[in-house]
Amino acid sequence: MSSGLVYAVVGVLLFVLGAAGMLLLPHLLRKILAFNLLGSGAFLILVGLAQRDGGVDPVPHAMVLTGIVVAVAATALALALLRRLHALSGRTQLADESADE
Amino acid sequence: MTASQWLPLAVLASSLLPGLLIFALPEERIGLRTALNLFGAVAKLTLVGVLLVGVQAGNTYSVGYTVLPGVDLMFKADALALLFVSLSSVLWLLTTLYAIGYLEGSPHRSRFFGFFSLCVTATMGIAMAANLFTFFVFYELLTLSTYPLVVHRGSGAALRGGTIYLAYTLGGGALLLTGIVWLHSLVGQVEFTHRGVLSPLSPHYADQLRMIFLLLIAGVGVKAALVPLHGWLPNAMVAPAPVSALLHAVAVVKAGAFGIIRIVYEIYGVEFAQSLNLLLPLAVAASVTIIWGSLRALAQDDLKRRLAYSTVSQVSYITLGVALFGPVGTIGGLVHLVHQGIMKITLFFCAGNYAETLGTHKVSEMNGAGRRMPATTLAFSIAALGMIGAPLTAGAVSKAWLSDGAQALGLEWVGWVLLASSLLNAAYFLPILYRVWLKPAPARWPQEHSAAQGWRETTWLLLLPPLLTAAATLAAGIYADSEFSPLAWAQLIARREYLTPVP
Amino acid sequence: MNDPVYDVAPWLVLLPLAWAGLAFVWGPGRGARLALAGTALQLLLTLRLAAELLSLGGRRHAVGGWGAPLGIDLAVDGLSMTMLLLTQAVAFAVFIYARAYFTDRSADGDGHGARNHFWPLAGFLLAAMNALYLSADLFNLYVTLELLGLAAVGLVAAGGNAAQVSAALRYLLVSLLASGAYLLGVALIYGSYGTVALSALPLMSADAPLAVALAAALMGVALLLKTALFPFHFWLPPAHGGAPAPVSALLSALVVKATFYLFLRLGLGLFAPLGETIAWLPGLLGSAAIFWGSWQALRAQRLKMLVAYSTVAQLGYLFLIFPLLAPDGLALQAGVMQALSHGLAKAAMFMTAGVFLQVSGRDAVADLAGVAGRLPVTLFAFGLAGVTLMGLPPSGGFLAKWLLIDAALAQGRWGWAAVVIAGGLLTALYVFRVVRQAFASTEARPPLAPVPRTLEWTAFALAAASVLLGLRGMEVLHLLDVGAAS
Repeated sequence: MSSGLVYAVVGVLLFVLGAAGMLLLPHLLRKILAFNLLGSGAFLILVGLAQRDGGVDPVPHAMVLTGIVVAVAATALALALLRRLHALSGRTQLADESADE
Repeated sequence: MTASQWLPLAVLASSLLPGLLIFALPEERIGLRTALNLFGAVAKLTLVGVLLVGVQAGNTYSVGYTVLPGVDLMFKADALALLFVSLSSVLWLLTTLYAIGYLEGSPHRSRFFGFFSLCVTATMGIAMAANLFTFFVFYELLTLSTYPLVVHRGSGAALRGGTIYLAYTLGGGALLLTGIVWLHSLVGQVEFTHRGVLSPLSPHYADQLRMIFLLLIAGVGVKAALVPLHGWLPNAMVAPAPVSALLHAVAVVKAGAFGIIRIVYEIYGVEFAQSLNLLLPLAVAASVTIIWGSLRALAQDDLKRRLAYSTVSQVSYITLGVALFGPVGTIGGLVHLVHQGIMKITLFFCAGNYAETLGTHKVSEMNGAGRRMPATTLAFSIAALGMIGAPLTAGAVSKAWLSDGAQALGLEWVGWVLLASSLLNAAYFLPILYRVWLKPAPARWPQEHSAAQGWRETTWLLLLPPLLTAAATLAAGIYADSEFSPLAWAQLIARREYLTPVP
Repeated sequence: MNDPVYDVAPWLVLLPLAWAGLAFVWGPGRGARLALAGTALQLLLTLRLAAELLSLGGRRHAVGGWGAPLGIDLAVDGLSMTMLLLTQAVAFAVFIYARAYFTDRSADGDGHGARNHFWPLAGFLLAAMNALYLSADLFNLYVTLELLGLAAVGLVAAGGNAAQVSAALRYLLVSLLASGAYLLGVALIYGSYGTVALSALPLMSADAPLAVALAAALMGVALLLKTALFPFHFWLPPAHGGAPAPVSALLSALVVKATFYLFLRLGLGLFAPLGETIAWLPGLLGSAAIFWGSWQALRAQRLKMLVAYSTVAQLGYLFLIFPLLAPDGLALQAGVMQALSHGLAKAAMFMTAGVFLQVSGRDAVADLAGVAGRLPVTLFAFGLAGVTLMGLPPSGGFLAKWLLIDAALAQGRWGWAAVVIAGGLLTALYVFRVVRQAFASTEARPPLAPVPRTLEWTAFALAAASVLLGLRGMEVLHLLDVGAAS
């Protein structure tokens, strides 16, 4: 098993773990952490699959760098919104609101 | 752009532009609004006059615009279109006068007249549509622009009537659209052409064509109030009198009947429709409607509802004429399109006058109204006698041609239907005439608006239109043989449709 | 014209970024004026680009002269051009509206926060959307999707009350999950083919590696989630129905169209061979969306919720085209026509809802009696937008419906035609549920706050445009016919 494939398999595991967390965990902070796990998984797969041929391919690295920046920005926005929600309503979970109140 | 192109467009614009301007007018600009209305109506009449002379001389007027590849918005002012166009534009002028008098001082008049003009525009579009696509565009526009007029009063009953109206007409529109697109996917775009366009199609398609016919006729049959698709018409009577008069006695139901004419004669072609065995079922449906409408009319005490059921019955005379394979029946149906219009609008004008002046809405409240309102009642009586088919009236002419047409085909039962219908017409109109002329008036009327007695019973704006249309009812009967009578025009159309000498 | 500086494409991204930044620094007063000027310029540039496209064919631009694979390519063809035009046109009208809407005394309590944050966020939103339509590779599309999502979430939350923040968070999490799935798809594609440029990727063949099929599934679900196709629509009504009216207009008219565009682009290109086996699925979900969305719109108590559920239903029509895609092009034309006319009409409808809200301070459908009848221009705008949504002539929605039924009947696929017809009637039910309130005579004459006429007339202009689009079908189809640059 090449090192690239190992990265890819671990990446898939992380991605599935993250996706499950985002869908199943009620606490918003956990959902946000799960998203970061999911993102890392996707990045690992990107890097892992891209270096199957032995040589180093720079394109996936550029992609992953860009992706990390995006993920950090998204996490920041999510955290800011969570703090705001907590300050306004004291909640840290999304209410099971019926769509039309 | 040549005259033959802009004339049809100008006919549309002469009601569309005033309508749009009227929407923008503030409520209190009565003078300007009236001027716009009358200007539009008179301009339209003038244009229609020019077209009539031109078409008589054999000119063609058409103009088109491509909307999608192979789909055109196309207008054509042919003899058949002009039959409907002239009827609507003459009656529009009269109804506008009537509506100005009728709605004096009531709220939302800009909205009312704006939509009224849009309705007339839609009717013109339906009449002059050169293909099914264009027909459908204006057919739906008519639905939309009539809705605000039906619910104009805003009462619970009006809103309910409006909802029922929409349910029927939008449903009908959906059927019509399905039929049109189906036909389009079979044969591409088809223009309305004398004697039809579908007959060269291989017999392999016969079943599909029958299904399409059913969809198309059901679609337009809603507006033509064919039983069992007629339920909206009595409920739409909550609208103000001018709306009932022009739209529900003339424009909307005639749009449906007109659609049936176009589909049978100029899409399928009457011979081809006959060969697909489509005409007999249509004749049966029309006959059922004629009898059923009359029976229901007998049972109504509300005058407008009685008139509405009478419309259901009478409009199907047109359909019946169309379904009678042969030129004589065709002429009967076509001429009834005009004759029924002028007679029924008279009755609705009068019903509006009774309601406005005396507050009577029910037949049972009309005792002695004749001496109280002689002019209105005279007009009412002439139109009612015309509906029954009394000699010297327009109604007699249409009924004579229809039964001759049936005889020419050897369809004896149609003759019986016509006779039964005339008897039923008499049964629901003659008691009204007896009440208004011969029964003593009550001590006080339900809601008397003016104390004026004698022949100046109400304002001239409300009086003039029914008197004119009543006079027209007589004229169309007595002078049926003159050159520009509705009958002569119907003969012209039948001649072009059958390419044979017609009686 | 060959000079890259004068190439229009990159400016469509740079301009909104520039004015968004300046609007953030300058604040809402001067910022709004700048945004309007910038958007007007973008609209002109888009028109010029469309003219170039019609005369010269599809365009391609290598940013900074680098070129793929390391650099970023921008590409325009007929499909992306129509979406660019829609975006600039709707945004321009919405911005005129928004400038009058966000005043100091907003009645619905989302005044200050929304007023301060609207312009920069809207600029970023527009930049992201334009970049998305211009992108020529899968990864770049991922970045634009994320930027679009972040800007949209910011706009939903900009009002700052608890319901809005909650809706925004839900929207953000959905959006992030979807982007993650999309990114994984991109990784799998890159792993299989070694490129992400749309023009270099082969059509997916029958013997494609399993990873590509997995990528198709991941990216498909991701885009459906972001487009809010039933049953993934749950996040849309609270976000679109809860945001301030100009934001709702942008989101419902434009943002969901961007992800639909991407779904369509991939469905026509890379994953087109999958269509034979699985195209019925988006069609089926689309049908379900039409029925479920219309049903919810019929039941909604609040006008903005009604309009938001109407979006759920109308998005369904867009996905009906997938089972009907054929060489005759009818279904594609129907989809684009529906996207354009729905964009114009839905923006107009949310804008009218905003007017009713500002005037009466209330949003319940039942409260419109005695209000709507006194605002004829706004009522007309709502009615005209309704005509488009119902697909009645002569609107653009009607052309879309006509083309779609034509496509279905030409292939003898009756079921899809029936769905389209039934959907139109359902739409009529909820549109007239609102319209009839305006005609009801009622004793209640609640006091009406005066509103700037700009609000009424911009809504009217968009609604009228959605109807008149029906008369300009040929132009749209000509533009759509322009192929990609080789």
